[in-house]
Amino acid sequence: MIELKSVTRRFGDAVAVDDIDLTVETGEVCVLVGSSGCGKSTTLRMINRLLPRTSGEILVDGEDINKADPEALRLNMGYAIQSTGLFPHWTVARNIGVVPDLLKWPAGKRDERVDELLILLGLDPETDAIKYPHQLSGGQAQRVGVARALAGDPNILLMDEPFGALDAITRENLQQEMLRIQRQLNKTTVFVTHDIDEALKLATRIAVMDKGKIIQHDTPEEILRRPASAFVENLIGKGDRGLKLLALRSVGELMERYPQPRKREPNADGLKEADSLRFALSVMVWKNASRLPVNSEAGEEVGTVTREQLLQGGA
Amino acid sequence: MRVWLAPLVLIASLCLLAAWLPTMTPFFSWVEPGSDNLIYKRDSFLTLLQSHIWLVLVSAAIGTLVAVSAGIFVTRPFGREFLPLVSQIASIGQTVPPVAVLALAVPLMGFGEKPTLFALVLYGLLPILRNTLAGLNGINPAVLESAKGMGMSSVQVLLKVELPLAGRVILAGIRTSVTINIATAAIGSTIGARTLGDPVIAGLVNGNTAYVLQGAILIGLLALATDSLFEAVERTWARAFSA
Repeated sequence: MIELKSVTRRFGDAVAVDDIDLTVETGEVCVLVGSSGCGKSTTLRMINRLLPRTSGEILVDGEDINKADPEALRLNMGYAIQSTGLFPHWTVARNIGVVPDLLKWPAGKRDERVDELLILLGLDPETDAIKYPHQLSGGQAQRVGVARALAGDPNILLMDEPFGALDAITRENLQQEMLRIQRQLNKTTVFVTHDIDEALKLATRIAVMDKGKIIQHDTPEEILRRPASAFVENLIGKGDRGLKLLALRSVGELMERYPQPRKREPNADGLKEADSLRFALSVMVWKNASRLPVNSEAGEEVGTVTREQLLQGGA
Repeated sequence: MRVWLAPLVLIASLCLLAAWLPTMTPFFSWVEPGSDNLIYKRDSFLTLLQSHIWLVLVSAAIGTLVAVSAGIFVTRPFGREFLPLVSQIASIGQTVPPVAVLALAVPLMGFGEKPTLFALVLYGLLPILRNTLAGLNGINPAVLESAKGMGMSSVQVLLKVELPLAGRVILAGIRTSVTINIATAAIGSTIGARTLGDPVIAGLVNGNTAYVLQGAILIGLLALATDSLFEAVERTWARAFSA
């Protein structure tokens, strides 16, 4: 658990972070969202003491972080940034192994961990491990960056716009991977982004920041339904708020489930349980269908979802 | 291994030439016809070569140590205030001609190798310092930020990240400095240091072109050999820390 208590950070006369309180529960993904210069990165960098705070208290699991040795503190906090900051003179494997090395893990355990992470992030332990960072695409480099952050098996993950510089498709893919990895690992995560859609997608709770203050700290659904101010309303975009709400829930939550799974008709289209309601609606509009079958991961038809259900119960 | 071929050939030919020059009287009698003193004989060329290399080596070692430490010091948070001062001192070392440094050093340190070493160290500092600063400041700030964010201590950041990444640029600075000092060391002969400048000075004083030529050929070849040696080291470095 990370607790910020009336934390302030000044740069000269300018106040970057203004007396904020924030609690991030264990295992939760807290996304700090806001426009550039709102203090979200500053807040993040105070948590691993890359920046000292001007006043206030930051506690990790109840301990003031200023009492710990800064290096020991950071070794237990994975850190991934937008520009990746991969070490250009080291191979991918050595980059990922940097924290295990700093923690003085035996070489065998480190190498196992590196392979495990390469696979987890969808990289090839054979061919990608021996590459140098300049041989990677932007998306691959960012995957390595995330793998490196996870390598020491830290309790806390700090991510500063890790997908900000990627193209839309790669970003979407990596967000999916993040969700999958988070379900597997359950790290307490603080994630900084300026992209509200990314925030809505990844967050357990979102903290909207503006001019160094936290305007609203709530679940994605509450932020969409009850924005605390005109600023938040603007940020989420009034126009497609309904669609964004649909995007938060999965087909599996809304569908009418059959008592017994049925065998799928060959070639029949269908949704997956994990698909979002927004996706379901889009498919229905495209196909002009009023009802679509839903398939489980195993490929059996487990229920149906209708257009009326979507419109009435979706948002 | 191919990168080491050129420096090895050059070093071998330098040693062979230093040994065989005395037997090449026919060539030098063509350069300096009608003279009996065709070959410089006060010292053997190999002795001169040895002491020349020794002077350059010691001055380069001291210069590298001082300039790299100074460069590291002024790029740390606690030393940043000294950056202008240190670069000024190094620039002054470069602007004063080595002859003037020699002239000033003699009353203080006497004749011989000491004042020569002093002048060489002073003269060689700037290229190394300049490149150390350029190399350290040229590292992508995101790399340093993430190194620190991963939990490296400042010493670990320096040894594992900064120096390997800046190494090639620093090495290029040492290369410039050493190459300049191979030529500059010859001037040490004017104040009694034994270098390959001896035959050159003696030749100039006595109007003996053969002597001048013998010294100049060896100095030139030494500079070439050293330069290609550095080339090979730099390439090997680049391969070890491919960036």
